[in-house]
Amino acid sequence: MFFSFRRTGAVLVKEFIQLRRDTVTLRMIIMIPIVQLLLFGYALNTDPKHLPTAVISYDNGAMARAVVAGLKNTQYFSIDYEVHSDKEGRALLQRGDVLFVLSIPANFERDIVRGAHPDILIEADASDPVAAVGALNAANGMMQRLLNEELSGPLAKLKQSPPAFNVMAHRLYNPEGFTRYNIVPGLIAIILTMTGIMMTALAMTRERERGTMENLLAMPVSPLEVMVGKITPYILIGFFQSALIIIAAKLMFGVPIVGSLWLLFAALTVFITCNMALGFTISAAAKNQTQALQLSIMILLPSILLSGFMFPFLGMPTWAQYLGNIIPATHFIAISRGILLKGSAFSDIWPHLWPLLVFMVAITIVAILRYRRTLD
Amino acid sequence: MSAPSYAIDVRNLTKRFGDKLVVDHFDVKVPKGKIYGFLGPNGSGKTTTLRMICGLLTPDEGEGEALGYNIRTQALEIKKRIGYMTQKFSFWEDLSIRENLEFVATIYGLDHKKKRVDEALIKLNLDTRQNQLAGALSGGWKQRLALAACILHEPKLLLLDEPTAGVDPKARREFWDEIHKLAANGLTVLVSTHYMDEAERCHAIIYMSYGKLVTQGSVQDVIKGAGLYTWVVQGDRLMDLAAVLQKIAAVKTVAPFGDSLHVSGTDPDSLKAALSPYFEHPGYKWHQENPSFEDVFIRYMADAEDNFQHKGEGG
Repeated sequence: MFFSFRRTGAVLVKEFIQLRRDTVTLRMIIMIPIVQLLLFGYALNTDPKHLPTAVISYDNGAMARAVVAGLKNTQYFSIDYEVHSDKEGRALLQRGDVLFVLSIPANFERDIVRGAHPDILIEADASDPVAAVGALNAANGMMQRLLNEELSGPLAKLKQSPPAFNVMAHRLYNPEGFTRYNIVPGLIAIILTMTGIMMTALAMTRERERGTMENLLAMPVSPLEVMVGKITPYILIGFFQSALIIIAAKLMFGVPIVGSLWLLFAALTVFITCNMALGFTISAAAKNQTQALQLSIMILLPSILLSGFMFPFLGMPTWAQYLGNIIPATHFIAISRGILLKGSAFSDIWPHLWPLLVFMVAITIVAILRYRRTLD
Repeated sequence: MSAPSYAIDVRNLTKRFGDKLVVDHFDVKVPKGKIYGFLGPNGSGKTTTLRMICGLLTPDEGEGEALGYNIRTQALEIKKRIGYMTQKFSFWEDLSIRENLEFVATIYGLDHKKKRVDEALIKLNLDTRQNQLAGALSGGWKQRLALAACILHEPKLLLLDEPTAGVDPKARREFWDEIHKLAANGLTVLVSTHYMDEAERCHAIIYMSYGKLVTQGSVQDVIKGAGLYTWVVQGDRLMDLAAVLQKIAAVKTVAPFGDSLHVSGTDPDSLKAALSPYFEHPGYKWHQENPSFEDVFIRYMADAEDNFQHKGEGG
């Protein structure tokens, strides 16, 4: 192994010139973060509101009307349909026109007064558990409060007695529960994984496909020099994309940036290098650009699904967490959420930083070893 | 280290790709300052041999030196001192002519980089088009650029893999003039080719087939060594005649050359005996000729195919 800055520089300059002439890739570099940010930042919501609801009311008394109004006031329900039979309600659910059907039984108010404890039924389309859970919780809470307010005077005896103790829930770091606060910092990792791995993998396989790799190998330039020269431009691109996302996160989504951007920058450097080395390794395994693309996607999917980007990491079974832990995006998502939302300091992110460092060194070694053998 | 007299001296070179034996215990010796032509049918292992000599592939067996450096352990030293021109144009098509040359100059750490690149551009007659992308060049120009880039660092040994494939005759002529000029200054050249006229421009040729050395030496020696006797026949409907002659055992090859047919065999007496029934045919004019290099070439190619088929049948 030998290393010279001159030769590395030559490869780097070559790569920059080629990149500059590749306008499609250049456009992709800028457009992918912006489009994904707009799309996911605005579109994804794990706490959806104003969900379509149908009401079947067999009782038109004041109490029943108060229940419907209260439901509307939670913001979770949008009463789109008033139907008159269970059958109609079920049909709406089946077609997916509504997510909830609220049934208020006949003589609802009378039964309350009599102390007969009537049932209100909320049928929910729980095929997507995420969609139903927030609304159902809100509905439950609302009913308790509502009844306590409505039952006054002689009915006060029907009120529930206060619980023996109170549970105080304190939502830290994202008190309003905005999904985008969680999505945007994670999106940095996804976009960097996507463009980083793909671009490096393609840049290398392109050399092989066009036959220029043989020429490069016949020159006195070492694998390390080729690798450093080839990935440095993409590291810079990675920083550019990150800056783009962070600025947009602040200006468009109002994501609080609590921690140190310098610390984030340091973690970014490690994470981007991980992705580049991964792309480099893929390119050594792939015979052409199509294969390189397929392999990149194979890494991208678990990076989205197992990394804690889409679903809570700690909610996954232990074996899946083990799997997720060998994905660099998992650690970087924890770091970027930690720094941006929680103001994590170095000691806080260290448990996620060292796995990234280990991964970076290991995959770089693999990349270089794989590169050596390319023509054999 | 004593100065070696051979620029290339490799022995027993062997390379397998999976089960396929591509190069089979192959020896090459090329003296310094000589131009050696490397011949053989497609797939005979020429490219693989060249790649092993310049350290791009590790041989499975065998050893040797290029420019006195071990091809197994000193690939880097070899790479610094040789120029290798690949079969397919392998410079960067999305880089300009100048940028390609500058890249090469920087990789090899040449001094007076700008001056050297300028000189190379003027010599190439490309100084006015230096900012054009290499991909926009025609085949002939690409080949000239590739050669200029390969010799920019003044290598001691040049390995050229079918450098003139798809290049017009004038550009080929100029290319060979350049190669001879370089050789006169002490550069050693090993060049693979399919063109007979190019083979005849080499000081010596090496003929390889199915991974094995078939013959080597100067073109004259190779022709003599082939022990081939050739009759030339002129006349009408020669292809019908060719079909008949090909079935005769004493006839090794029948090859059409314009309005004549070259009929060759290894035993002069039996060949003459076999052909004599046709000598009196009024439509044909026969005469004996020294075999051309191409006759020899085709014969070796036919032999190699026979051997290969026999081997295939045997195992």
